[in-house]
Amino acid sequence: MKAALDILRKLLRDPAAAAGLAIVLLLVAVAVLAPLIATHPEAVWDMNPRQRLLPPSEAYFFGTDRMGADIYSRILFGARITLTIAITAVGAALLIGVPIGLVSGWRQSWLGEALMRISDIFLAVPQIVLAIAISQTLGPSIENVILALSVTYWPWFTRLIHAEVHSLRNETFIEAAIALGVPAWRIILLHVLPNVTSPIIVRTSIGMGFTILTASALGFLGLGAPPPAPEWGRMISESREFLPEAWWYALAPGLAIFLVVMGFNLLGDGLRDVLDPRIRRASTGR
Amino acid sequence: MRIVALILKRLAWLVPTLAGLVAIVFFISRVIPSDPAALLAGETASLAQIELLRQKLGLDRPLIVQLLDYYRQLLSGDLGTSLFTTRPVWDDLSARLPATIELTIAAMIVAVALGIPLGVLAALYRNRFVDHFLRVFTVAGLAVASFWLALLLQLFFAMDLRWFPLQARITGFPPPSLSGFYVVDALLEGNVGRLGNVLAHLTLPALTLALPALATVVRFTRAGMLETLQRSFVMYQRAMGIPVGLIVWKYVLRNSLISTVTQIGLLFGILLAGTVVIETVFQWPGIGGYAFEAILHSDYAAVMGFTIYAGVVFGIVNLIVDIGHAVLDPREAAT
Amino acid sequence: MSSIHGFAVQAPGDNLLEVENLRVSFATEHGVAKVLDGVNLTIRPGEIMGLVGESGCGKTTLANAILGILANNARREAGSIRFAGEDLLTMPRWQAESEIRGRSITFIPQDPFGSFNPLFPIRTQTMEVMKWKSPRRAAREGRGIAGFFSRYPRARRSADAAAVLQMLRTVQISKPEEAFGKLPHEFSGGQRQRLMIALALLPQPELVIADEPTTALDATIQAQILKLLKRLAKERGVSVLFTTHDLGTAYEICDRITVLYAGQEVETAPVDDFFQRPHHPYTVRLLESLPHPGRELREIGGEIPALVHPPAGCRFHPRCFRATEECLSDRPAVTPLGGGHQVRCYHPITEASRL
Repeated sequence: MKAALDILRKLLRDPAAAAGLAIVLLLVAVAVLAPLIATHPEAVWDMNPRQRLLPPSEAYFFGTDRMGADIYSRILFGARITLTIAITAVGAALLIGVPIGLVSGWRQSWLGEALMRISDIFLAVPQIVLAIAISQTLGPSIENVILALSVTYWPWFTRLIHAEVHSLRNETFIEAAIALGVPAWRIILLHVLPNVTSPIIVRTSIGMGFTILTASALGFLGLGAPPPAPEWGRMISESREFLPEAWWYALAPGLAIFLVVMGFNLLGDGLRDVLDPRIRRASTGR
Repeated sequence: MRIVALILKRLAWLVPTLAGLVAIVFFISRVIPSDPAALLAGETASLAQIELLRQKLGLDRPLIVQLLDYYRQLLSGDLGTSLFTTRPVWDDLSARLPATIELTIAAMIVAVALGIPLGVLAALYRNRFVDHFLRVFTVAGLAVASFWLALLLQLFFAMDLRWFPLQARITGFPPPSLSGFYVVDALLEGNVGRLGNVLAHLTLPALTLALPALATVVRFTRAGMLETLQRSFVMYQRAMGIPVGLIVWKYVLRNSLISTVTQIGLLFGILLAGTVVIETVFQWPGIGGYAFEAILHSDYAAVMGFTIYAGVVFGIVNLIVDIGHAVLDPREAAT
Repeated sequence: MSSIHGFAVQAPGDNLLEVENLRVSFATEHGVAKVLDGVNLTIRPGEIMGLVGESGCGKTTLANAILGILANNARREAGSIRFAGEDLLTMPRWQAESEIRGRSITFIPQDPFGSFNPLFPIRTQTMEVMKWKSPRRAAREGRGIAGFFSRYPRARRSADAAAVLQMLRTVQISKPEEAFGKLPHEFSGGQRQRLMIALALLPQPELVIADEPTTALDATIQAQILKLLKRLAKERGVSVLFTTHDLGTAYEICDRITVLYAGQEVETAPVDDFFQRPHHPYTVRLLESLPHPGRELREIGGEIPALVHPPAGCRFHPRCFRATEECLSDRPAVTPLGGGHQVRCYHPITEASRL
């Protein structure tokens, strides 16, 4: 606990990281409190044809969309979808990828190699390509998006953990533990895992950002939650036919995506600096 | 000689990896939909018709047999037939590939030509204004949804200002096709007007596609430079009074470019992923746009074909990158 | 350039290098570290001066200050470094880079493994040095733009290449022509250090700064390298500033030795005098800590002070067995002891008190 508070304090000293943290917390707050802060909560799901495509005003902060719904309120409710997808997909990828990475990094045997080859298969195409293939077959829904994203993201965790475990394996203190006869599972749990938590945390934060981008791209392509769900990517896709007149329609959801991903990226970078300045900043941070 | 061995080894690994990809794609398209035959037959088909289709397609046979058949089919170059265009998927994709390659190369050039010098500057002027600005820029650049940026650019530069065309590769007739790349063909043709037309159409899509790649290049060029600048040989050359400009741009950059080159494979992945949405927004007739249309029309064969096609292209690019790495770093080639 | 290399023969007894009261601090996140606290050092032409001290005593900082390559967070607070009469600290940077570094003063690094760029063959890296620092280089040859676009006249290039090959033979690299085309990792540590010696001598400098050149080498190779360096330096009348923490090495090669403790020089003596009649308590302890057969190891109690809050006065006083109140006040002044032997101590160990 004290360590966590210490990390928090160091994090807050970096203005960029603090901003990132603030944004993430804001996102969570918005998602949770959406019904309370939305100006037109009822209009999110209903049709209101008389109010369609109105520019931003006092009543409708970001204007209205093609159904007459208040875009501002839809964005707030959309935050729930975004957050749900991000947490679940990355969480699932973590739960799949980390154990596989631990096993493959620890055992130098054929099993480790095989697991790495399998993860290579999932990396044979860019994430979105495979996610498209999966989502399209399963049909548009939030659950399918989450499935597609977690299935395509887990190899990033596996690679990370594999590399870390692989190098830790050669550390003298691990060799000592093995020599003393400590069982493998104990070593992994008590010695290896604590050492890999930092990279995992960093990768999770940055992964949230990229997952949200990919999820909204899937929504844009029509593969996300079906209408009338207020998914940000889909909202942007809907706006296309009404450009250039209804410029607010495209602007607002995109800004929301931008802000949220920015927040996670800044937070991830800040965490990386705090938790382990050693970690090479050469990676793109996916 | 060692490079040949490297190529062979990588190609050898490429085959099982792609086979695995195919297996996954196959199982997804056959196993997960509760009834692929019904899916393919359409909504209006009767039960009898669906059953007939199932037998005709061989969907009642054991899965493994189906998979092996699919492999056989793929090896003969048959990626299936598009339900929408009714042409073989392979033909469709090959026809559209040059457009995507052209766009990708243009974006790659922008990303690398701008990104490397900016990354070097950020490293040299570490923690000064240039560096801070670039760090904000790269974080923002990686946070922007590319389809959104594409729309905004269209809105502003094409619709409002009318500086650039809205979409497509060219207005009017394309240059006589020699390479399939309009820029090259227009140059070869010597037609300045057409060349200008082509470049104008290329600008917005290429810039949009390039942004995340540019941000990535700046980031890891900076990191690579910072790391290399710590090394003893830099200190030695400084101590011996070698001109600093030479040290940075001839020696240090070469060392940090090693890590840059390895990342180009990653870059290509970013670019390839981006083409799907960007080609959609700009109506660019490439394979990314093809994928989108396939999604729109529920053209499963086309989507699966696209996925495998992407796997092959990606694999070959990564191979080329590995070769480039071996060439640039003589120590690697020696091992 | 010509002002240094065309310099008239100095009167014997003139110092080649005079460091006077040099104070250097570094701004760190923990505070200002006062690394060099009024250091004095002199080197005569043709002399090999040893700079002895534990890790962290400031040897490398002093070397960097002389070369003019201190880090950005370094501050020169006082003092001067006079080289052949000119103060290096006030010299314009371009002049220091083109005339002093790599030309009048060259460098042999501690780490032979990292000090060559692994991607470029020996030919490239060696001829790069020769292009800018060869004694045959004329003043009118420009630097181009930041080093690029300057020509390397063909006649000079072949003369330089011949000189390099000759020097490689001198430092006992076998088959120099083959060596030229090889990459650094194809050489052993000892061979790389020989290459470094060659590169340090090719520009025909007046002073070579050798920063712990044998520390990273195997014990069996160390003696070879030391002998080679000493012989070549003496043959050419080149001065050497040889830093080390190993007294044995210093004994092998040096004419005079200066001991540095926590940024303060405490004793300077000709080598024999140094080993037979040390005066400073720290020097005595250092010599006692050398292993002697039949006697157990003796250590110097305590640790090197943190330089952000160094001890007042003589920085050795917390660990000194002869310290008194006086030692906390000002730093002791120089006490000349005759024959080039000096000490800075309020309670030096005289002949009478010698055990």
